[in-house]
Amino acid sequence: MDNLQILLDAPIFSVQLLIDGLLVGAIFALVAYGMALVWGVMNIINICQGEYVMLGGFITYLLFSWGISPFVGIPVAFVVLYLVGWLTYRVVICRVVEQDLFISILATFGISILLQQLMNQLFTADVQTAEAGLGTAFLFNNMVTVPWVKVVGFVLALSVGVVLVLFMGRSRMGQAIRATAQNARAARIMGIDTDRVYAVTYSINAAICGAAGALVVMTWVVQAFQGLAYTVRSFMIVVVAGIGNLPGVVVAGLGLGAAESYAGFLLGAEFQTAFIFSLLVVILLWRNYRLRAQRKVLR
Amino acid sequence: MNVILKYTLIAIAALAAPLLFPEYQIQLAWLWLMVVFALTWDAVGGQMGYNSFGNVFYFGLGMYVTAVVQRDLYYDFEEYETLAGSLDTLPPADYLTGMSLGLAASAVCAVLCAIVLGSGILRLRGHYFAICTLGLGIAAGEIAAGIDYIGAGSGLVTPVFPDGLGEKGLFFCYLLLALAAVTFLVLRWLYTSRFGLAINAIRDDEDKAEAMGLHTTRYKTIAWCVSGFFLAIAGGIMGDLIGFIDPVDTAFAGATFGVWMVLMAILGGKGTLWGPVIGATIFHVTQEIFWTFLFGWQRVALGALIVIIVVFFPQGVMGFARARWPDRFGHRVESVADKGATQ
Repeated sequence: MDNLQILLDAPIFSVQLLIDGLLVGAIFALVAYGMALVWGVMNIINICQGEYVMLGGFITYLLFSWGISPFVGIPVAFVVLYLVGWLTYRVVICRVVEQDLFISILATFGISILLQQLMNQLFTADVQTAEAGLGTAFLFNNMVTVPWVKVVGFVLALSVGVVLVLFMGRSRMGQAIRATAQNARAARIMGIDTDRVYAVTYSINAAICGAAGALVVMTWVVQAFQGLAYTVRSFMIVVVAGIGNLPGVVVAGLGLGAAESYAGFLLGAEFQTAFIFSLLVVILLWRNYRLRAQRKVLR
Repeated sequence: MNVILKYTLIAIAALAAPLLFPEYQIQLAWLWLMVVFALTWDAVGGQMGYNSFGNVFYFGLGMYVTAVVQRDLYYDFEEYETLAGSLDTLPPADYLTGMSLGLAASAVCAVLCAIVLGSGILRLRGHYFAICTLGLGIAAGEIAAGIDYIGAGSGLVTPVFPDGLGEKGLFFCYLLLALAAVTFLVLRWLYTSRFGLAINAIRDDEDKAEAMGLHTTRYKTIAWCVSGFFLAIAGGIMGDLIGFIDPVDTAFAGATFGVWMVLMAILGGKGTLWGPVIGATIFHVTQEIFWTFLFGWQRVALGALIVIIVVFFPQGVMGFARARWPDRFGHRVESVADKGATQ
């Protein structure tokens, strides 16, 4: 807790932490949006969400190591992960989508372990990053440093989000996805091929994660075993915001980014993962407590 | 009579196995551990329908508590930190005292934790429970990796097994066999009692069970306590067998032990008495035979195995047998022709 004193003595650090957290939070919100999409439409909690992020990151890293700019990695990761998602849906997810929720959690958990270990074998367990080489901005008399790549990542994350919202609202497929989310059976009666809708939804989610992973590897680092933390982050964001609440997802994502940034500074980097997973337990317990309290009022 | 004969034969086989195949003693010890894993998971996940990914928490807790009790009882903390393995081994009597006190302490700790955590976490339902317990297991490992008193990230060495207690492999093999047998018999007794009916009712429809007047939270907490009790003892014994505790890879190993228990219970058949035992045996034997040939790809294979079992074989061995030979499980079979005749 020594760092708390530093924070109180020099409030400018708070600005630094807040900016860092908010810029990263946009990426969390993007991944969480994908999870909310799959959860809302298919009623599946996709545990391998984080592994798709890592996969997108490693694809960008691979391109980077061949001398290609990491910005090219974003569309490439998007397309490759779309295909990976489509394949996963056709092989595994389409068989569990109508089943018990626990079956789908366990199946996606299996995919998560599979991808995690595959990346570990292919790229080793080392931490990797891809420098975009954009330089750093200095604010407030050089007290606060903001790497430009984080700002660009933030803007890109938000623009991918906007494109998605437009796709959902305007396109024919987006309408079909929303109809299926409301009532899959009625949608089927109306002539919507729900199997195809599910496939597209799941693939779009994987593709979003891939793009987010490309942003992660540019602004931060990727490592084969970090995936589960991203899954848990997006799960927390969706639980706090609620499914289908887009502004809520954005606010919760930015908030989580800021909270993590403060926690990392105050508790030390070695407790960062512990913080995320403990926060998950606390949020779920708190949610349940609030729900029970509400039920008591109704009674 | 038939049942007693069957159990006697299994007991004789289990007791004779480590003597007949001395080179497989450690493997057998691991097999009994796997049986305990699958049985304790099934008590909560299969019989009660609360699919937990965090039962490994109690395993790791037991491991650490036992090791710390053994260390603090006979060694000086500072000395132990620096010298670790090169200290004198304890006299056998002290080792056994330390171990039994440690195991008792870990069992008590696990039950207390189950009561405290259960009062909150067991109120969650379905996927919220599954993901919350997943978080619990991983958070515990990460927190343990940050506490210096228990060795932090570099792990904790457990006391060396002393001479004069016979062979190490044989000792631990019989110890874990005893634990597996006790776990099996206790669960068998619980499932036939009113308690078993209550937790099955919770699995089938919790709201209805509550409306029928069952105090569901109490039953759920007891089930979790039973599960945690045996897991903590298993953890304590394993800590001494392995000789070294790593917070993330051995104690709170959610990605290996934590998933294995679920997988073994499902493979054998969720919600049956013998299913977890069968599943654990099949899983452990397969793992030992095939995994040495995979050279580091075994974890990839594990992921694929989970997907395959869950997607294509979710009913397990016992579920399959029940569907194939229903009359052997006491279900009355009516053929379609009989039905047509009576109508």
